Amino acid sequence: MKLTQQEVEHIATLARLRLTDAEKEKYAGQLSGILDYMDKLGTVDTSAIEPTSQVTGLTNITREDSAENSGIADELVACAPSSRDGFVSIPKIFENK
Amino acid sequence: MAELNKLTLLEAFAGLREGKFTSRELTQDCFDQIKKLDDKVKAFITLNEDEALAQADAFDAKFKAGESLSPLAGIPVIIKDIFCTTGLKTTAASKILADYVPPFDADTIKRLRDEGAVFLGKVNMDEFAMGGSTENSGFFPTRNPWDLERVPGGSSGGSAAALAADMGIYALGTDTGGSIREPASFCGVSGLKVSYGRVSRYGVMAMTSSLDTIGPFAKSVEDIALILKYIAGRDVKDSTTPDVVVDDYSEEIKKDIKGLKVGLPKEYFVEGMDAGVRDRVLEAAKKFEEMGAEIIDISLPHTDLAVAAYYIICPCEVSSNMARYDGMRYGLSKRDGDLLSIYLNSRAEGLGAEVKRRIMIGTYALSAGYYDAYYKKAMQIRTLVRQDFDEAFKDVDVILTPVAPAPAYKLGEKIGDPLKMYLEDVFTIPASLAGLCGLVVPAGFSENLPVGIQILGKRFDEKTVLRVGHQYQLVTDWHKSKPNLS
Repeated sequence: MKLTQQEVEHIATLARLRLTDAEKEKYAGQLSGILDYMDKLGTVDTSAIEPTSQVTGLTNITREDSAENSGIADELVACAPSSRDGFVSIPKIFENK
Repeated sequence: MAELNKLTLLEAFAGLREGKFTSRELTQDCFDQIKKLDDKVKAFITLNEDEALAQADAFDAKFKAGESLSPLAGIPVIIKDIFCTTGLKTTAASKILADYVPPFDADTIKRLRDEGAVFLGKVNMDEFAMGGSTENSGFFPTRNPWDLERVPGGSSGGSAAALAADMGIYALGTDTGGSIREPASFCGVSGLKVSYGRVSRYGVMAMTSSLDTIGPFAKSVEDIALILKYIAGRDVKDSTTPDVVVDDYSEEIKKDIKGLKVGLPKEYFVEGMDAGVRDRVLEAAKKFEEMGAEIIDISLPHTDLAVAAYYIICPCEVSSNMARYDGMRYGLSKRDGDLLSIYLNSRAEGLGAEVKRRIMIGTYALSAGYYDAYYKKAMQIRTLVRQDFDEAFKDVDVILTPVAPAPAYKLGEKIGDPLKMYLEDVFTIPASLAGLCGLVVPAGFSENLPVGIQILGKRFDEKTVLRVGHQYQLVTDWHKSKPNLS
């Protein structure tokens, strides 16, 4: 599998990564090599094999859907690059009509 | 008394109880060692001297007042910089978290704090635990105390290197595909990867959530048995921790290993591996036989596919876990432009090459049209690898293997070739995919570099691997060898 520079650009866009031209070229080569190695997975017939996503045997661990006071709300908000009145402040996502 | 930093946990515990020295003296000796040697080893990202000495003084005051105290109380621990520590910078060795100070403790940290442990500081690692040499740190590489031109292994390289250099009494690390076991082997210390779910990951930066585990490094297996008792068990804040009984490890390890069945998998003795590594493992097998165990040849036929499956599963989960570093709630934020450019610029500047590489592989493997060929396929291979072990454990109690194909390599030797670096994990990854526990103990040297052996056990059977390791350390002295650093 040879990834083109365009494919690398597309993946980077999906992943919200900005790559320099040098990085694009480097990753195109490296990712192609890595994906070539992964081809060995295709050598085994797994059509009858159940996938394993985790090994705990646990399913659906839930708790009461009720709010608990962390006691550190202000400190958590203070970790944000920008905050106002106890809220994390982020740039506008929607424009007012 | 000099050089208290060289003590094991149990020795330090005994000395404190007998009043031979204070926790302040013990802690001060650790900082003296750090100041003497860390310019060379480069293990620490952040020192926690003020708080540590206050924690030590608190122990000394309580001890003087005759209070009942935990065996871990007053004893200095080295912490991988991936565990959140209240009020103490926690970077995951990433520029994107270079200034992050968490307002809460990881579960393991909280447990140790409650026991009265002394926190020396935070040590280096591969960024977000992605790597096997600690060269992927966003700040600086750490060096192997046995040979400063060589890597300490990774990703928990700072923990292993600092402990091998006696900068503390024990250390905490994390292991996803070998990140405790490989550095333990490279640096000549003991290290335990616990079964998946044995220790809570709450407050530890997630890398590959279906594989990440937390465990201790120590100067003896006896020490590990003691530590594990305090950090293992169910945590409501980590829903992957089942309610499985926590054994009395310190008692269990006292039993001998007569009649124990030890499997030796043929797939782990491959062409091209270092002769010293192979010989040390076979010598250990012979030693186990002398101790009364039975060595049984076994086969784990899907071993060869494990690395490929892992390096699909891991990047896929990485691409998802790293999405949180978006410059909005914490960490580096380049606020110059619209929302999209904040994402792009913060991540471009904050994340290192290996992290970006894994995000890219994962994003590709999970993108439309490729899911079945890569991610689903890898999860199916994971089933086959797991079944290999389940079958083998019908006939044996533990499995003995090498840890890495060769001892510690030189800095810069593999960093330019990511695939070569991934293949270093060939002997540690299969047990990770199966969620098993694995103990590494020092077993000798290959051309003056430490070599560990790996003892794999069934899920939640830490007591048996620790027992094998401890019994081995009763009849060998490899774990007492120290690097010559001055």
